[in-house]
Amino acid sequence: MAIDLFESVTECGCAAKVPAQQLAGMLRGVDLPTSPAVLVGPDTLDDAGVYRLSDEQCLVQTVDFFPPVARDPEDYGRIAAANSLSDIFAMGARPLTALAIVCFPSRLVREGVLHAVTRGAAEKLREAGCVLLGGHSVLDPQAKFGLSVTGVIHPREVFTNAAARPGDVLFLTKPLGTGVTIMAIRAGMASTEQEQTANRSMASLNAKAAELARRCGAVCVTDITGFGLLGHAMQLARASNVALQINFEGAPLLDGAIGFAEQGLLSAAAYTNRDYVGDAVRFDDDVPLPARDMLFDPQTSGGLLICCPPNRVAELVTWAHEELSTTCGVVGRVVEATDGPLITVARRAIAAGGDGMQG
Amino acid sequence: MKQTVDARGLACPQPVVLTLKAIANAAEVTTIVDNQAAVENVTRLARSKGCTVEVEEKKDGIYLTIKGQGAPAEPTITEHVVVCSTSAAPAGPLVVFVPGDSLGRGPAELGERLMGAFFHTLLEIEPRPKTIIFMNSGVKLTVEGSRALEDLRALASQGIDILACGTCLSYFELTDKLAVGRISNMYDIATALLEAGKVVEL
Repeated sequence: MAIDLFESVTECGCAAKVPAQQLAGMLRGVDLPTSPAVLVGPDTLDDAGVYRLSDEQCLVQTVDFFPPVARDPEDYGRIAAANSLSDIFAMGARPLTALAIVCFPSRLVREGVLHAVTRGAAEKLREAGCVLLGGHSVLDPQAKFGLSVTGVIHPREVFTNAAARPGDVLFLTKPLGTGVTIMAIRAGMASTEQEQTANRSMASLNAKAAELARRCGAVCVTDITGFGLLGHAMQLARASNVALQINFEGAPLLDGAIGFAEQGLLSAAAYTNRDYVGDAVRFDDDVPLPARDMLFDPQTSGGLLICCPPNRVAELVTWAHEELSTTCGVVGRVVEATDGPLITVARRAIAAGGDGMQG
Repeated sequence: MKQTVDARGLACPQPVVLTLKAIANAAEVTTIVDNQAAVENVTRLARSKGCTVEVEEKKDGIYLTIKGQGAPAEPTITEHVVVCSTSAAPAGPLVVFVPGDSLGRGPAELGERLMGAFFHTLLEIEPRPKTIIFMNSGVKLTVEGSRALEDLRALASQGIDILACGTCLSYFELTDKLAVGRISNMYDIATALLEAGKVVEL
């Protein structure tokens, strides 16, 4: 490939996010305009905002953009688009329109890199059945790209991160480890195969995963992105007023990711996520350090975390195996909230049917 | 042998990448960083290689002293940086042997870029080798148009002897393109390798 986008950036992907703790402070004391039509607003840390248009229809809106996460411009475009669309799918909605957000150095625009990024994004928008209405571009020495996506959904069909029920089984639809793998690619320590697998996983749409969530009767769904599995799991547990048991050995992982973590290829955001989750998680002593790192690893265009009703798990696992192209697995279950930590992490599988699987 | 890596101001994964290269060359490496994530990452790296780490916070940075402890826990990653000491003269000079124009195994384009980065980094760190030997396709680094040329010239100006294999230059029809160092023969090259205290092969 002629261009290596990583040469133009210092931060990459969701690792470049403002830490969650600072985000909370940002909105404090600001008098935001609101309306009874707002069903999901900024306060619940959900994936996208939801606004009721009528008794039959809600608008779902999201925006996401980030610095390059792949060396190849088309890969970057595909991943950025899949990531932006993911928030719509995580709400159970259907994406309709998108606007591009472009911050690009003029040299890369002249050299056709932006064109290639847009081509990659267009491919994913087409796959999602979503049109691009336009966008806005700014010259910026550090490239960034993403989409604002608008979708629609029936008010009663909105997925939320606030409806987990004790007994639900936690199912993750993409492998963890994109953060360390991106680092390893930048360090020249990932194999071509590992790079391609990670890029494919990040570029795959969560459309099918959302459809499976609906089919198995789930109502509580979130997508795993910059705050890592445990960061998003903590938000879900708080919003739902439940506790979670995570079993590490059920978690799907990208090939080589554990080794990258062992060798210290963690992004600063992984440590920020660990601080963010803090005492809310308790690890069993036999969960090794690189395993813990995986659970804090910030994900770029990660999978959906589906709270599946216990009697439908077998079906969900079968469907996922047949219909998803990504590695997925049962990562834990929902339990009653107690005085103890919000999330406990064990090494081994904890529930019947809680074994990992290759999808 | 001791080596210092100044990784202050560098974003991850650079502190880890530079430390990894240094511990392949030196028994003791001090990496200086300026943030906690880099401290933890470099510590993870050192432990995965079976090394001990001491952390000391100073005014101008956090100093991590890494000492080797026998066999690395995970040798696969350092395979491309083969370190071999000749038994005869541990106190002899340090020689860098460059048998190709690409560093590590993987896409050639990446390898060439890494090779360029290596010589650029070599300018920044201690200890300096006495001699750098270019052989086979490695001689392409010493001719006009090489991405390493500027850095190699800087190294040569500091008194580092740069030897390019004459047979190799003529094989690639590059003899008249040599832009840094001097044309050398197998006699000189073999002598330099055998008399070295340590040879670092890229």
